[in-house]
Amino acid sequence: MIDKKWIGYTGPEVTFDIERGRLKFFAQAIGETNPVYVDREAAQAAGYRDLPVPPTFLLAADFDSDELFSTLAKMGVPLGKILHGEQGYTYHLPVCAGETVVVQSKISDIYDKKGGALVFIVRDSTVTNAAGELAAEFRSVIVVRN
Amino acid sequence: MAEQNVNIAVGDTLPELTLPPVTRTTLALFAGASGDHNPIHIDIDFARKAGMPDVFAHGMLSMAWLGRFLTGWRPQSQLRNWSVRFLGITHLGDRMTCSGRVVELFEEGGEQRAKLEIQTSNQNGEVKIAGDAVVSLS
Repeated sequence: MIDKKWIGYTGPEVTFDIERGRLKFFAQAIGETNPVYVDREAAQAAGYRDLPVPPTFLLAADFDSDELFSTLAKMGVPLGKILHGEQGYTYHLPVCAGETVVVQSKISDIYDKKGGALVFIVRDSTVTNAAGELAAEFRSVIVVRN
Repeated sequence: MAEQNVNIAVGDTLPELTLPPVTRTTLALFAGASGDHNPIHIDIDFARKAGMPDVFAHGMLSMAWLGRFLTGWRPQSQLRNWSVRFLGITHLGDRMTCSGRVVELFEEGGEQRAKLEIQTSNQNGEVKIAGDAVVSLS
């Protein structure tokens, strides 16, 4: 059983550089061919400074920093037992290649279902740009199979 | 920009996005690109030790496909918020389709918005991910 004392735990601020090459790699991996996501001129013609991050990309900050998995490890959750339950995004401002953003995540809830056979960890993250503006928020629900 | 919305009504369906079958290569590339290196998606030995018959797709791969599906319909700058629930595992060989429909039209934040129900399903019609999205029409 996961200790509910982790509710409210706020991780460190994670700095994430948005790299153009990484965005092109991501587009390739998901089969995205819309030039806005792979061609800087097309992105600029669409009104962006540079390639925009596609809708789900920002979760990479969590993985690159190992913040998500290291938090789960500290909580005693084995990697082989987790499933992704839910994921959501809210957007406020575009984020583009060349920017550095700061991502910070907080465990906002932990609850169980089926008599503890499944534990749900709710994690809310904010993405702040270099100007200190809230650019995006995302919510992840991780399911642990006990 | 208003002309693009003339024909949008509740019940309208979005153009479907069909994907090629999920392969191990797809999962390896997505692991690298997304940063999710959980070996359960790329290492069959690890997957078996964890009690799974084989590796399986990252949920976020399917959500990224849904992102393509949404931004293929309207520019990303019009996507306000969205969330999905992962209902079932997407397996190697699955041929996924993204689909969605308009369920509500409303005004919020000084603009016209549409709420969409979206999902991914495999070749057998099994729904793997379901959720909703709010898109600006203004």
